[in-house]
Amino acid sequence: MAEERRPKQCTVVLPTESMKAMAESIGVGQLQEESCAALSEEVSYRIKEIAQDALKFMHHGKRCKLTTSDIDHALKLKNVEPLYGFQSQEFIPFRFASGGGRELHFYEEKEVDLSDIINTPLPRVPLDVSLKAHWLSIEGVQPAIPENPPPAPKEQQKTESTEPLKAVKPGQEEEGSIQKGQGATSAEAKGKKDGLMRMKPRSTHELSVEQQLYYKEITEACVGSCEAKRAEALQSIATDPGLYQMLPRFSTFISEGVRVNVVQNNLALLIYLMRMVKALMDNPTLYLEKYLHELIPAVVTCIVSKQLCLRPDVDNHWALRDFAARLMAQSCKTFSTTTNNIQSRITKTFTKSWLDDKTQWTTRYGCIAGLSELGPDVIKTLILPRLTVEGARIKAVSDGPVVSNIDKIGADHVQSLLLPRPTLTVSQSGIGGSGGSRTASIIKVPSSLTLMSTRPGTPTQLSPPATKYIVMATSSGSSSTQQVLWMASICKISRTLKLSSSAVANSAVDMMKLALMRTATGKGDPELPLLQRISSLELPASEIAAQINA
Amino acid sequence: MAAVQDGQLNMEVEKDIKTEITNDGSGNINANSSSPGSTSSGGKSKSPAGSGEDQQTLLAVLQFLKRNKLTESVDILRREAGLSADADDSPVSDSAGAGSGGVPNVSADGGDANSLLSRVSIATPFAPPATAPPKVVAASGGEDQPDVNVVLSAYSQQGDPVLYPLYYNGLKKFIESVLDCHRAELSQVFYPLFVHMYLELVYNNHENEAKQFFEKFSGDQECYYEEDLRILSSMSKKEHMKGNETMLDFRTSKFVLRISRDSYQLLKRHLQERQNNQIWNIIQEHLYIDIFDGMPRSKSQIDAMSGSLAGEGKRDANKAKVFYGLLKEPEIEVPLDDEDEEAENEEGKPKKKKPKKDSMGSKSKKQDPNAPQQTRIPLPELKDSDKLDKIMNMKEATKKIRLGPDNLPSICFYSFLNAYQGLTAVDFTDDSSLIAGGFADSTVRVWSVTPKKLRRVKSAADLSNIDKESDDVLERIMDEKTASESKILYGHSGPVYGISFSPDRNYLLSSSEDGTVRLWSLQTFTCLVGYKGHNYPVWDTQFSPYGYYFISGGHDRVARLWATDHYQPLRMFAGHLADITCTLFHPNSNYVATGSADRTIRLWDVLTGNCVRILTGHKGPIHSLAFSPNGKFMASGATDGRVLLWDVGHGLMVGELKGHTDTIYALKFSRDGEILASGSMDNTVKLWDTLKAFDDVELDDFTAATGHIHLPENSQELLLGTYMTKSTPVIHLHFTRRNLLLAAGAYNP
Repeated sequence: MAEERRPKQCTVVLPTESMKAMAESIGVGQLQEESCAALSEEVSYRIKEIAQDALKFMHHGKRCKLTTSDIDHALKLKNVEPLYGFQSQEFIPFRFASGGGRELHFYEEKEVDLSDIINTPLPRVPLDVSLKAHWLSIEGVQPAIPENPPPAPKEQQKTESTEPLKAVKPGQEEEGSIQKGQGATSAEAKGKKDGLMRMKPRSTHELSVEQQLYYKEITEACVGSCEAKRAEALQSIATDPGLYQMLPRFSTFISEGVRVNVVQNNLALLIYLMRMVKALMDNPTLYLEKYLHELIPAVVTCIVSKQLCLRPDVDNHWALRDFAARLMAQSCKTFSTTTNNIQSRITKTFTKSWLDDKTQWTTRYGCIAGLSELGPDVIKTLILPRLTVEGARIKAVSDGPVVSNIDKIGADHVQSLLLPRPTLTVSQSGIGGSGGSRTASIIKVPSSLTLMSTRPGTPTQLSPPATKYIVMATSSGSSSTQQVLWMASICKISRTLKLSSSAVANSAVDMMKLALMRTATGKGDPELPLLQRISSLELPASEIAAQINA
Repeated sequence: MAAVQDGQLNMEVEKDIKTEITNDGSGNINANSSSPGSTSSGGKSKSPAGSGEDQQTLLAVLQFLKRNKLTESVDILRREAGLSADADDSPVSDSAGAGSGGVPNVSADGGDANSLLSRVSIATPFAPPATAPPKVVAASGGEDQPDVNVVLSAYSQQGDPVLYPLYYNGLKKFIESVLDCHRAELSQVFYPLFVHMYLELVYNNHENEAKQFFEKFSGDQECYYEEDLRILSSMSKKEHMKGNETMLDFRTSKFVLRISRDSYQLLKRHLQERQNNQIWNIIQEHLYIDIFDGMPRSKSQIDAMSGSLAGEGKRDANKAKVFYGLLKEPEIEVPLDDEDEEAENEEGKPKKKKPKKDSMGSKSKKQDPNAPQQTRIPLPELKDSDKLDKIMNMKEATKKIRLGPDNLPSICFYSFLNAYQGLTAVDFTDDSSLIAGGFADSTVRVWSVTPKKLRRVKSAADLSNIDKESDDVLERIMDEKTASESKILYGHSGPVYGISFSPDRNYLLSSSEDGTVRLWSLQTFTCLVGYKGHNYPVWDTQFSPYGYYFISGGHDRVARLWATDHYQPLRMFAGHLADITCTLFHPNSNYVATGSADRTIRLWDVLTGNCVRILTGHKGPIHSLAFSPNGKFMASGATDGRVLLWDVGHGLMVGELKGHTDTIYALKFSRDGEILASGSMDNTVKLWDTLKAFDDVELDDFTAATGHIHLPENSQELLLGTYMTKSTPVIHLHFTRRNLLLAAGAYNP
């Protein structure tokens, strides 16, 4: 009969304890239990009555918050003296105390020293009521000005971009759900037709003068030379709620900027642009999905481009690749759906160019970095199987005849990328940020490795299965320290096993595979005592670093 | 007491304004003005209804008057009624109670009341002196014990409390088993039955049984009764019933149900077969079943109409003819020369008068067949300044933008900053030059939204020095030194809940929690009159579109019609069962609409004081009303977030606009009536296509006759736009003469 079951009407009554407490507070000692019960019922009823009347005053006061004055007015209606001295605007919290089996809730009434009040300077006079006019709508279109709420809340932007058929006139989505079952088919059909006809976005892309100015200022600051200004601009992009209208411009700005600067090998600008992407992603009121077609190519370019800077042997473009890779991963996480398949498409792209033998070392590095940010599954299925091949390749570069310095450096970086990932995580856990918040200047292997010497872990904790190795490396900092130890141990093992020092990298990979196999077969650790011995040697950090770099 | 004097005063007015009702009216003025004791007498004398009970009711009134030592009134009433002195000693049961518990819907029945009684009810508005204690309506704590007992007397007969759930269950089973087409109709019986059975249990001190009964069956009731159920649930003792308004409402007004004859027969037969007297008694005593011939209504049809505190309006109540047409505009020659610029400059001057809604003036040169007679109620004569203003208005109207689904209005939003949640009411002048705000701190503030500043008239001494013959005397009387963008009016002693500009922009009305309505001069920015009479918070007040009259309504459930030059009301419209929350004049000034917390809207005839329409369908207190400019339709918005559209002439609901999620505080039709704007607590302004809404309704004779209408489910298609504000509830809307939409609200950061 009732359309919906409502929460049960409950008859809440004040506890008789309260009555007793109140009676005591006014000096009535022994109150019969029965009279307490009667009192509490009566009091509860009256309180409800007053609350009902007070609600009336709230409604007519056009508020959604009941105030003390509402209660006063309600009391006045009932010819009851209002409560004086409860004019507090703020919420007055109840204090709680218990003792002697009693629980008490009470206001804390502070004793106020009059002289204090007199001596304190007067508070500022509150501002007077004033009237301000703005355009809520101009011929049916709401202008994007600060006085209006952000034109499209994120949810709506999301529906618009993911389900354009459902996208209706702004603010109408809630009614959509109210569609009644009766006649729904015809209404729905109509609605669809409507929707198709209205597919054309009703918001214009003209920017107001203020917005144009803002856009100019922001973009200039973002790529300008003043770091302070840039920080401010990025902060604004990351927090301002009204950027929805400008989003297409920003997106184009970034994509064009990357296109130009990649050609010119302007590393600094590329970094700035990537930071803009990051800021846009961080903005809680923006939903970027509609602009990914411009942003993703830009980001991917910054990951895998053959050359990002003028002097690839000196400049740290690796950091940019790392940073962009993390951005990529973040956008995959946020926007990848079954329809756009961003993650799988990106993964495919990376893998394809990685597998290509002719790929430059820089691109190779980017691909691996990009893949490794995409999560444990990707690492497990795509990177691990390729480790041997990659190891061989690195070995070929480092062992073989010196082709070019650039290749050498590239191979080194790929190697370090494959090897010391965990250490990176360690250094990062020290910074305390998540993947995205890492600074562009990532500290590389040696310094991180020093962490190890300060904490001589027990190699007996080797046991975590090797498959878990990568997973943990990307997940938790503390366990990765152990992995670092283990990693270093492998190096040492290779030393003690008198492997050629030039093949350390390769052997390390092999070791990993060995470990994999070992755990897979469930055998014990033949090297365990050896490892223990090594760890007890407590080599100085520099030495270990040297060993790895050797 | 100044009662007799009042009577004379009123009679003078009558002469003054040459009303048609002098015969009836003045005769009764005597009768009533001599009963100065209390408003109760007014309420009382209005209570008689059907002619069968007249005699008894009259006796009840007499007895009441006697008890209150109003011997004079007793004598007069007795003389009028031709009763002998001993007649009034006969027992009085029902009607005395009726009077004490809030004035029952008299005026609804006014149509068929006999001549004497109708005269009484016409005259009553003149009666109460301002100082009268508002005993009538509010059923305050001070209500005499005996009266309550009388009210409750019907509950004294009791059955076995244990059987109540059984009875109810039996009925429930029966109704669930009947044919589908009857089930929805018969289900209407559940709620009133439930309430009365519960109250009977409580009254007879079966507290536990009552509680169990409530818990068992309250979940079955329609969700829109939740508010009332909550009140009921808190009432668990006989003592609580004393002075509880809701309870008295249930008792004193019969719950009205519309049921088809077939369904009713079914129910009757069932109850008689089962010898279920308990339920049958309740149905007979406390319910009014309005039986109609024809198809039983569907569930959705019933749901659309139900929800009010006392059931649906009786069909009879909406039978009276309503002249909803507009009055003919006086013919004023519009100078067609190019004075536009000049006119522009003069626009802001606060001395021209302009009745509202005359945008249609140019079209309706002929008398509308549905319009009331031009002189049906006396209207103030047009002054020169009014004519000037009308000309201005027509000029503006020619520049009006034609709105439609493809041509939406621009919205200018006036935000009140730093209002600290204190803004309670807003109004614009018709020419949109001034804006006034009522605040919780008892102040009223007036702003000029044009560059023209607000100036006060010079003091009397200074005025005497002015050359009265000079051309710019109107300029000269203003004191330049006082020019400012806003003025504050002090005078109220409680939050200001209602505010209204006079059409000529010379006056401002404000109603407040302190029970008064104040009239302010916008020339001197001082208070001119404090109209007392409500004694309880006055929730709303509104000027007539022609000025001079105004209406106010408040917590005492009585709407009062006033004229600015009388300190006592001309009419009192009693009948609502809960607070009157909003008031509005019909564009032709002959009718007044009131919305109430009892979830009904009533339309009152200003001339006769009768209630001519009872419109039910809202599920929450109504907070906003709007008439279409042609006077034919009305829109209403309530706390339930729905806007309902009504055909005033037929008294029918013709549309339902769903979309808001919170109380609708503002409604306004565009100047041509194509678009309805609604503003709500949910911080949105929505625009609706009303032309389409009214077109979609098919009105054949049957639906018109029975009032059973199928509402098209088309809110979605009618919604033209939604505009979110930045945490600013919209509490007022106004279309300028050129169809620009102005909205106002306080920014709550």
